[in-house]
Parts: sequence; structure tokens; C-alpha cells
Amino acid sequence: MKSIADIKAIRDKMQSQIIMRDNNTSDEIRVVVGMATCGISAGARPVFNTLIDEVAKRNLSNVKVSRTGCLGMCKLEPIVEVFVPNQEKVTYCKVDAEKARNIIANHIVNGNVCTEYLISGKEL
Amino acid sequence: MLRELSLNILDIVENSVKAGAKNIRIEVSAKGNDLKIVIADDGCGMDEEFLSRVTDPFTTTRTTRKVGMGLPLLKMEAEMSGGMFDITSAPGKGTTVKSTFKIDNIDRPPLGDISSTIISLIADLNEGQELVFKFEAFGNEFSLDTSQIKRELDPVRIDEPTVLVYLKDMIKENIITENGGVSL
Repeated sequence: MKSIADIKAIRDKMQSQIIMRDNNTSDEIRVVVGMATCGISAGARPVFNTLIDEVAKRNLSNVKVSRTGCLGMCKLEPIVEVFVPNQEKVTYCKVDAEKARNIIANHIVNGNVCTEYLISGKEL
Repeated sequence: MLRELSLNILDIVENSVKAGAKNIRIEVSAKGNDLKIVIADDGCGMDEEFLSRVTDPFTTTRTTRKVGMGLPLLKMEAEMSGGMFDITSAPGKGTTVKSTFKIDNIDRPPLGDISSTIISLIADLNEGQELVFKFEAFGNEFSLDTSQIKRELDPVRIDEPTVLVYLKDMIKENIITENGGVSL
């Protein structure tokens, strides 16, 4: 059974990569999930958790997943915003766990925006 | 109505984070037929006038729109399932939200995935904010204190995805939400 006593082992394992990343913060990619009441009721929590799982599984040390409040387009929730340095912000809408996995694989890892999940004119 | 009570917790604790609370406490306990959820913080709190209308869905501190559904939804869910809702607050001292639910009431939403809620909250804590999660049900007790975990982890951050995934599994493994046909 996992316990706090094992946390030190994680620290020891991760310490070196943290130091490497701290020296190179300019290429940090931010993935932000809208998690106000609207986002939560639309399914933002499994999206957030899938993003965390994928980033951990792939050991993407330059990716930070965080949450924010209402992004103002409640009917398009869950909304995920991706901020890649020196690129325009990309906003994905109606994201679910499967789409979240694809966003990590295609956009974050391979650099290809998942155009099929972007907000289209007919949805606005 | 939200599908799980753990989603209500996720929604309401966001208020504590925004209220600048340094310490946030979430307690989930089940005794007999009562499920109790307490969310307490030492944030900016509310004055009496705002507190009196805080469970009105058309009251909010948001500026993007004029509705705030978090507390009204929790109050409705508690009262619909034979339980109670209570909120106390004082400016500069913080806010405590208590809600109880009758476990066997058919209108009670399930507790749901509380481990995912807790790690979503931990990922969102600001610098200097701490969260304590206490769980007690079916003779099982578990507590998690982010200040203790941060001390153990230093200099690794608690919001690192690898750490969050570990903490989620740890919570899942250490709490009992189902026993003898009774499910929270």
C-alpha cells in the first residue's frame, strides 16, 4: 500500500530532472483546464486527471498542467488551453479523456495541433 | 445537480483558493446513516450581508457573469437527500461549509472519485497554501496534509504530475468507500 514514507523515493528519483528543468524554464508548455462549476459539471475533472496521467506516464518534464476558472464559454466546456512558448494559444473545446490523450500525443509531443477539437464557427 | 459530491467539493474549494486561504481543510466522514462533508478555510471570509445571500444562485463574486452555482447546488443536494447545510463566515477569519446527507436516501448523489478531486485541488494550490484532507468511514481513517508531503518532497514540487499520480493512488488505496453493501 502506498504511503507518505515512500514519497522520499519519488523525490530522490525526480530531483535530477527537476534541476535540469529549472535551468531551462523558457520552454515550459502550459496546459490549462477550465474548472469552474460549468467545466466541472461538463466533465473537466477526468480531463484534468487524464492530462496529469499522460504527462507523468510520458515523463514530459517541461509540461505544466493547471486549472483555471470559467473561461466564459460554458456551453463549450470542458475547455483546454495550450500555451507553447513563441506560439499562439490553442483552445480546445468539448474535451473528454480520449481527446485529452490525443492532445498530449499529437500536440504536446509531436507538435501537431488537433484541429478537429478546435472551436469552429458553428459552435459559437 | 452535479453527478458526484466530490465534484461539489472540487467546485467549492476553488472559492477557498481564490479567497487567499492559507489553510484549507476537507473532512469527509460517515457515521451510521449520515455522510458529513466539511470544508473550512482561513481565507478572507464574508460579511453578514453577503453571507445571507450566498446560497442564492444569483450571488457571486465573479465579474464575468452574475451567477454562482457552487453553494446553492450543494445546499439543494443536502436538503433533497434529507440532510442539512450550514455556512459560517467572518471577514478576515475564514469560512466553514458543513453539509450532511442521509446515506440511504435515493436522491443523494454518490461521493464519487474523491481521490481525483483531491489531487485536482493540490495541483491548483498557490504558494503557501496548504490542504488537509481527512476521511473517516467504516472504521477506516485516513488523513493527508500537503505541508507534510511538501517537507518530504523538497525541493521537488507537490504539483509535479508524477507526484500527483502517486498521491491519487495513495488516497484510493487508503480509503474505504464501500462496505457491506453500503456505498458512499
